[in-house]
Amino acid sequence: MAREIPYIAAINEAIHLEMARDDSVLYFGQNLATTENDEFLKAFGHDRVRVTPISETAEIGMGVGAALAGMRPVVELYMAEFMLVAMDQVVNEAPRFRYMSGGRVKVPLVLKAGYGFTAGWAGQHTGSIYGMFMGIPGLKVVLPSTAADAKGLMATAIRDDNPVCYFHHYLLTLEPGEVPEGEYLVPFGQAAIRRAGRDVTIVATGWTVGRALAAAELLAAEGVEAEVIDPRTLVPLDIATIVTSVEKTGRVVLVDQAPRHASASAVIAAEIADVGFSALKGAIKQVTALDATVPYSEPMEAFVLPDEGKIAGAVREVLGTAPVAA
Amino acid sequence: MPAAWDGDAATTVLGTMWVIRCFEERVARLKRSFQVHGLIHLSIGGEGVAAGVCGQLREDDAVYSGHRAHGHAIAKGAPVDRVMAELMGRSDGLCRGLGGSMHLVDCEHGLMGATGVVGGNLPLALGTALAARRRGSDQVTVVFFGDGAVQAGHFNESVNLAALWELPLIFVCENNGVAEFTSRAEHSRVQRVSDVVAPYGFARDTVDGSDVPAVWDSFARMLEIARGGRGPLLLECLTHRRRGHYEGDAQDYRDPLAEAEWERRDPLARLQADALAQGWIDRPTVDALHSAALAEVERAVEFARASPFPGLGVAAELVYARGPH
Repeated sequence: MAREIPYIAAINEAIHLEMARDDSVLYFGQNLATTENDEFLKAFGHDRVRVTPISETAEIGMGVGAALAGMRPVVELYMAEFMLVAMDQVVNEAPRFRYMSGGRVKVPLVLKAGYGFTAGWAGQHTGSIYGMFMGIPGLKVVLPSTAADAKGLMATAIRDDNPVCYFHHYLLTLEPGEVPEGEYLVPFGQAAIRRAGRDVTIVATGWTVGRALAAAELLAAEGVEAEVIDPRTLVPLDIATIVTSVEKTGRVVLVDQAPRHASASAVIAAEIADVGFSALKGAIKQVTALDATVPYSEPMEAFVLPDEGKIAGAVREVLGTAPVAA
Repeated sequence: MPAAWDGDAATTVLGTMWVIRCFEERVARLKRSFQVHGLIHLSIGGEGVAAGVCGQLREDDAVYSGHRAHGHAIAKGAPVDRVMAELMGRSDGLCRGLGGSMHLVDCEHGLMGATGVVGGNLPLALGTALAARRRGSDQVTVVFFGDGAVQAGHFNESVNLAALWELPLIFVCENNGVAEFTSRAEHSRVQRVSDVVAPYGFARDTVDGSDVPAVWDSFARMLEIARGGRGPLLLECLTHRRRGHYEGDAQDYRDPLAEAEWERRDPLARLQADALAQGWIDRPTVDALHSAALAEVERAVEFARASPFPGLGVAAELVYARGPH
């Protein structure tokens, strides 16, 4: 049975179910469970649900060490930027331990962090920094765009035997969606086709999936049918589904909330150029954030981000069409 | 009861120290003749800490080490031949040749791992200690680090959290007074690492790391407390790093220690003289320990040379653990 619940409730439901299923799952982080009424605390106790000091390196490193010793920790980091404080643990320890040990150990760990809070949170709390983690072999990177995926990808992340960076989008926090009850897993490495279309392939992640679908509606009114693909996980990346779509449409627009030179779309563009070049009828167009820190002032904040108008404009450009006059 | 320092303990520890000493001296020669690949940090001068601490641990106790890891690995029970094969990048290496000198892992013997970034192992030890408590185990976690790690932020984060949660964890600092290429005086106003953690209120001690009985006794008392589930504790061992930071280091940043002074501080020579003076051991036994260590290391070199380089496909295969839980 599916019912509508908000994206954030779907995430919490997945963590709760996995903690009930497997008592090696631990949950800790800053400001987590600071009252005895906390649902996680009531269900699983102080032994498994812990509030930590503001010590990202110790929190993440502790997660790695507990994972090496057989636990499956979920570290609540709140803001993706806070991971940057602890980059040694995120980059040098968590993903490299298994490899450097010759495969003798594993590190089942979820680093849960919100990103992209472009609602006036300004330069240090709005970043879309997932791209940098795509370049760290050993890490998996997950970007749920719907409430159902938020649940299913979290459950899969907790069961995965590798460190997973689970990035949830802050602008989607209260976004409701149909979510299956009970155990629900979304496999990694399987893109979702959010809208089928024959004329152009749009690839978008997280909050920009909604923007791409809105752009597709604008374009439909002009007789253009866009296919919208959501990779859902950046590592592993389902390049096959994207290329299959490109083989049908021949045209590509990639949407990313990250600055262009740190974007996932840059990697996707390179993969399409490498394995799907013969299917292309024109250049690949990227609609990304400006290569700038996200500014505070509201109009300027909107200016640097991708939106449905920019996406539709890019589609018209790759198709060589003009907008229909209103 | 804390483990007693007696003739049996001294003989066992001395044997381990000889294996480490012979291993490190052999690795230095192999490095000079390009048979060992990569960056090598030797632990000569610190053998007493490795052997005195690990010699009291159970196989299931957890140890984390850093970039200067060979001695800790050997003392914790990692097979010498597989450690040597790892240093030579062979398929029979401890980590199949993927980790090398700075990243030795042998979880079967409780060597949870070694990290090449100074102090990066400190937070990991918290997690392993937390897991032991969660399992209801009396397993103790020991993390070795140098005085250079103490000035890094993660040291304070880790000490704070370990103290806050009273984790069964023993911080063992090898304070050799020089962090990489810079003296401790240029790193901090606080010379004793045990003073740095004073406000947290847990038991701490500073001993002469060349005085193996002192290392043994202090650690024995700490281990008993940690074994009872109480921690953390900190043991600071003042040692002399006999070699450079890495093999090939010209060491223009410090004056060489006079040979007479080294003889006074050499933990192996001191322990051997002490054990002989106590009548715990005789000269033929001392010679036999040395010869046995030399022979074990030579067998390790032969083992490593006979081991093939790993199949290249392994480079891509081991990036991710397969399958969900």
